Amino acid sequence: MTFINYASKEINCKIVYYGPGLCGKTTNLQYIYNKTAPESKGKMISLATEADRTLFFDFLPLDLGSIRGFTTRFHLYTVPGQVFYDASRKLILKGVDGVVFVADSQEARMEANIESIRNLEQNLKEHGFDLATIPYALQFNKRDLPSVVPVEEMYRTLNYKREPTFEAVATTGVGVFDTLKSVAKQILIELKKR
Amino acid sequence: MCADFVLYEEEFKHLEEALRRLRQEANAKAVFLIDKNGQQIASAGEIEQFDTTSLASLTAGNVAATDGLAKLIGEREFSVLFHEGQQDHIHISIVAKRAILVVIFDDRSSLGLVRLRVKRASVDLEKIFEVMLQKGEKGAQGSIHASPFSEITDDDIDALFGE
Repeated sequence: MTFINYASKEINCKIVYYGPGLCGKTTNLQYIYNKTAPESKGKMISLATEADRTLFFDFLPLDLGSIRGFTTRFHLYTVPGQVFYDASRKLILKGVDGVVFVADSQEARMEANIESIRNLEQNLKEHGFDLATIPYALQFNKRDLPSVVPVEEMYRTLNYKREPTFEAVATTGVGVFDTLKSVAKQILIELKKR
Repeated sequence: MCADFVLYEEEFKHLEEALRRLRQEANAKAVFLIDKNGQQIASAGEIEQFDTTSLASLTAGNVAATDGLAKLIGEREFSVLFHEGQQDHIHISIVAKRAILVVIFDDRSSLGLVRLRVKRASVDLEKIFEVMLQKGEKGAQGSIHASPFSEITDDDIDALFGE
């Protein structure tokens, strides 16, 4: 749900990074945080366990500049990926405008990727959203690791609706901004349609 | 998909006025109104000392988690949350079902006073929200403001992402 504030001339949109545990959602946000000019970002908040696993969410507010006099602000959230945090994951999808699915390219994590996309589809539905229509980008992360599944095969397995897909290495930033731009663009195009 | 949340200048002023009044009457440090999705709507008081964006997002997370807890035990919602600190305290309540009213206060005020004033302010805020919702619906039908985004071009969007 986009928040349009005519008084302060701001548009606020919410993007959620989804995916199985340890796929690199938080790493995506950390990279974006590190590479964004101080005046364009707010504080990054991570509600994590002592072992640095996301407990509730990470949050990063970003200003992308202005369109037609309106400051365009994106609030990026991650969900906790571990299966048993489903109740928290559901809460974070509330009012979402666009989703990035971060898939772990390692062969051993393919099952977890599939399960997490199903979980995303289900949780979106519970909020009245449809994965088939919501702005959505797919990221194949960890392409630098040795045991990765070929891109074509990952696409065949995980592609949902021919969404824009990006190869990434979130630790070094490869593909991170391309993924973000893609989903942000889709959100703005969606706003234009309304 | 749920409708966009649209805030126009006039209602924004009314909301700010209501928050200013609440802050004064409750003798609070700061008062915030936040959308349930974590975006700040309006504020009043000593806000410079707070990171308001983080505050909004964490409050919304807090309320969402508490809502989840309520449903687990069969309650519709917990409409008031109170966090007591050594010096500063936070009173959080739900207004008009979709917004969160946050009052930060210290020992110059008291929980009882804050609760009392929040109750009264909530009635005013609800009225303003009603007008906002009506306007939002009309706006969606194109009779008030055209969306600033209706005429953006692909070039505008690309410019936003210019390196």
